[in-house]
Amino acid sequence: MAEQMDGVQPTEAAQERVPTVIADELHIVYRVYGTGTGKGSATAALNRIIRRRPSVGVREVHAVKGVSFTAYKGESIGLIGSNGSGKSTLLKAVAGLLPAERGKVYTHGQPSLLGVNAALMNDLTGEKNVVLGGLAMGMSREQIRERYDEIVDFSGINEKGDFISLPMRTYSSGMAARLRFSIAAAKDHDVLLIDEALATGDRAFQKRSEARIRELRKDAGTVFLVSHNNKSIRDTCDRVLWLERGELLMDGPTDEVIKAYEKETGK
Amino acid sequence: MSTVSETTHDSAVAMSAPPSADEGLTPVQRAEKYGLAQSGARPSLAEYVSQLWARRHFISAFASAKLTAQFSQAKLGQVWQVATPLLNALVYYLIFGLLIGTRKGVPDYVPFLVTGVFIFTFTQSSVMAGTRAISGNLGLVRALHFPRACLPISFCLMQLQQLLFSMGVLVVILLAFGQLPTWSWLLVLPALVLQFVFNTGLAMIMARLGSKTPDLAQLMPFIMRTWMYASGVMFSISVILQGKHVPHWVEVLLYANPAAVYIDLIRFALIDSFKASQLPPHVWAFALGWAVLAGVAGFVYFWKAEERYGRG
Repeated sequence: MAEQMDGVQPTEAAQERVPTVIADELHIVYRVYGTGTGKGSATAALNRIIRRRPSVGVREVHAVKGVSFTAYKGESIGLIGSNGSGKSTLLKAVAGLLPAERGKVYTHGQPSLLGVNAALMNDLTGEKNVVLGGLAMGMSREQIRERYDEIVDFSGINEKGDFISLPMRTYSSGMAARLRFSIAAAKDHDVLLIDEALATGDRAFQKRSEARIRELRKDAGTVFLVSHNNKSIRDTCDRVLWLERGELLMDGPTDEVIKAYEKETGK
Repeated sequence: MSTVSETTHDSAVAMSAPPSADEGLTPVQRAEKYGLAQSGARPSLAEYVSQLWARRHFISAFASAKLTAQFSQAKLGQVWQVATPLLNALVYYLIFGLLIGTRKGVPDYVPFLVTGVFIFTFTQSSVMAGTRAISGNLGLVRALHFPRACLPISFCLMQLQQLLFSMGVLVVILLAFGQLPTWSWLLVLPALVLQFVFNTGLAMIMARLGSKTPDLAQLMPFIMRTWMYASGVMFSISVILQGKHVPHWVEVLLYANPAAVYIDLIRFALIDSFKASQLPPHVWAFALGWAVLAGVAGFVYFWKAEERYGRG
């Protein structure tokens, strides 16, 4: 842990501060359909269509309101804030997966979200999911073949017998989460975005994943981490952004921001 | 792609001044200086094609994964790949062959009907899967980066794999009805390739429309059924038109209908009693034309909205 900080941070920072992500007055608005505030009946819907009134079922959620920051190479940035404060939305916008309503995000290379869950299929074996997940993240078949054993060992799925050849729906939720993290963490990234990934698995696996994230950070330019676990933020991040109601409340060194956050939330 | 950004980035580093010079620059200027690109912007068409090519293994793996996952909960498992098209053909035979009697004037009615059903189902399920390709996979679209065209293409590939099972069933039926393999069976290959390109183009158009208006998934079954009844799946268009005075343009429309074109081509290839004289004029030109038109138009149309997929 300590040698990570000493090894990477000061040298990078002293050399030159190369920005990897620049967010410029970023606004994100979600449009949600089918939240009918009016009557939900079919006749009411037909009535709206005939009278050409805009559907009342569409609601806009202003999830991120004018956030600006610059992230530099070699930084590891934590995102904190209460539930629904826009942390995950901000990550998705940085990854380019959610279009900005106003403002812009500039990035170096292609930031990737550490989330492969959506590509995996519960009815397939763990084995096939490793390949499918790797391909979905853009790895080549050779890369996957090279890393396959590493991924399975890291997940620890086979510690209690040959589970990797069983369908994923037979896994416990902890096992499935471990396999997902292992697949997602197998790729090297320019800018890496991690959403609550550390909360999964048992204590031993959490330790292993924190170590893997520090490793990824060494290779990657910049790591963003969303977590409600202040300890894992303290252990892995050197800078923290505090979001509340979609606004950037505070941006600074980890200790400072977390202290303020803990004071505010009354811990 | 990554190599390009790598080099631009390196050159930016080489000529950049000490950090103090960055103060006073606007975010846009700073982004330019360090060669940062706007996140989530749409790539050029050529770049898009090469990105898609780089993901070809994902496309095929996703298709076969979906296919195996489909019946993995059923006790008979993959047997349903074959049983489903067979049962489908049986139902149509009962209704149209025996009850309504559209078999009149059509020799080898069972192979004729089964070919029609299987080939139309290929287009039908590709279009249906295309409609839901984006709207039904929002989780995937919102979590990972890949050219979104992977999804409709992958779903069409899955339908093609499904069709190959059906074609196996069809071969057995053909043999059972005394059709022996001939060289003309090879014509099935170019016809299916063209139909696959046509389906994929159509699926990409529907994927974009369906991503904006998910309601289309509710509407499509009716449109597809109308299309099926107009495509001569369970009757022969030429037999129906015989001795009737329909306007010329209706006749042209019925014969130029892409679904009818592909169905007739496969029937011509497989069934001896389906003679070349029953094929509409310029049928291969139509088959090729529809494939190129739908394929190119569908791809460009889909690409134009690339950066907007996955939005609420």
